[in-house]
Amino acid sequence: MEVPILKQGRYLIATIQAALSDEDLLQLRRALLERVIQFRSRGVIVDVTALDVMDSFATRTLRDITYMIRLRGADTVIVGIQPEVAFAMVQLGLTLDVACALDLEEGLAHLEQRARSSS
Amino acid sequence: MPDDIRVLIRSNLDIVTARQEGRALAARTGFGATDVTLIATVISELARNIVSYARQGEIVMRVVAGANAQGVTIISLDSGPGIRSVEDAMRDGYSTSGGLGLGLPGVRRLMDEFTIESALGRGTTVRVTKWLT
Amino acid sequence: MGNKKPVNVPQPPSTQSTELLRELVAHLREHRTQLREEWASRITEAQLLTAMTKDEIFAEATSVYDNYVEALATGTLEALQSYSRNLSERIIPRGVETHEVVGIVLLLRDVLARSLFAKYQGDFTKLNRILDAYEPAANRIANTVAVGFVQERERVIRQQQEAIRELSTPVLQVRERLLILPIIGVIDPQRARQLTEQLLRGIRTNRAKVVVIDITGVAAMDATVANHLVQTVEASRLLGATVIVTGLSPEIAQTIVNIGVDLGKMNTVGDLQGGIEQAERLLGYKVIPAAEATGAA
Repeated sequence: MEVPILKQGRYLIATIQAALSDEDLLQLRRALLERVIQFRSRGVIVDVTALDVMDSFATRTLRDITYMIRLRGADTVIVGIQPEVAFAMVQLGLTLDVACALDLEEGLAHLEQRARSSS
Repeated sequence: MPDDIRVLIRSNLDIVTARQEGRALAARTGFGATDVTLIATVISELARNIVSYARQGEIVMRVVAGANAQGVTIISLDSGPGIRSVEDAMRDGYSTSGGLGLGLPGVRRLMDEFTIESALGRGTTVRVTKWLT
Repeated sequence: MGNKKPVNVPQPPSTQSTELLRELVAHLREHRTQLREEWASRITEAQLLTAMTKDEIFAEATSVYDNYVEALATGTLEALQSYSRNLSERIIPRGVETHEVVGIVLLLRDVLARSLFAKYQGDFTKLNRILDAYEPAANRIANTVAVGFVQERERVIRQQQEAIRELSTPVLQVRERLLILPIIGVIDPQRARQLTEQLLRGIRTNRAKVVVIDITGVAAMDATVANHLVQTVEASRLLGATVIVTGLSPEIAQTIVNIGVDLGKMNTVGDLQGGIEQAERLLGYKVIPAAEATGAA
């Protein structure tokens, strides 16, 4: 199932649904990169509120997405990681060394702040 | 009551199925939200290993009765190439790299019981159990 | 079936017992009113279910009886299982205990068995066959009901324990977006885990951006719990919150270093006050010394 990506000004917002397969994640990576280039976006928010399990593949792919988007000069924020999911991730030793925020609102605030501080 | 839930693992899509079944089973058994997610994540990792290394296998899940409480046992079976060195696989060298390797040390930390059998050319069986506290 | 000597091949045992069970179930349904009353009065005699009134006992007895017979009739236990869970949910708050539930189910089994004795006492062979069919089924039923009750009880106890632990470890919101988690005393791995869960939920509910975890009151920490603390810091970060750890004793600092964590990467401040001040700075609050604040110019 394709992940919907919304454009909000200079930002892109990708909202993930619960039953996310590996193919969906790889497709998301492709699509985000394409659109960042196409719209010259300054920032990307990946909303994982609906994601009930974050395993090693999801963690790796989100990290890849962040790095690839950074190469285009844009920032990424992961928002909406659920408490239970965060707990499982740290217990399993999965690290997500990227910017995280509580929700969409915080994510946008983070991107705005980054935009301000780099201009 | 205890019936085995078996999920054939042949592709990445089966990983999602396995963890959804596991989540439901854990919830039915009485685990709280945190443990349900833990169990689902462990299943996801085990199923992922099957797809990555053995291409095909099976995840079996069941409710088990212990001395003091109920629990859930997950068995990951494959007849793939097997693990060359179980010792290496169980060593905690990869905990900070987002899940390189089989993630088995992490799985062992999360579960109450953990056994692994592997023979080159014959396959791997991982068996884990989590008890309701 | 009758007393006649069989002239053909005897039926396989399973078909036999199915027919016998059918006969048995018919008998139990026919004598429902009388057997139910007998059972209810034996419950009262044995002084079980004292927490319930006579009417309540009779009402529940009716449901249990019907479910019991239904389980015998269908040979499946699912309906009985879910009824048993339902029943447990209702009577546990009333203070009904395990031995009472086991007791009444065994009494029902006995009342029904005696009724079978009475009916088939003239035909010993048949009585034996009927009991052969009845006993395993009755025992499975008794087991199902008892286990269902015990499981429900355990679930309730776990919930209560969880609630107690939560009460004893408050996560405090002192300012907007700032949470403080003071930890006092001994932390075992289970409590540590509970703290983490509570904190993470608190971060989400209060939309906290900074958390101050104060461990001044913690004397010692083993490697497992220290690891837990480190994991809590990381998990909080995944929820967009920064953690400041205050009150780190030299011993605990050493433990953390020993488990391979770079203490330099952790945000630590000497004491709680200092931690709160730093938190406020992070949140963009201006910290005004008291003299200025009162307008002394």
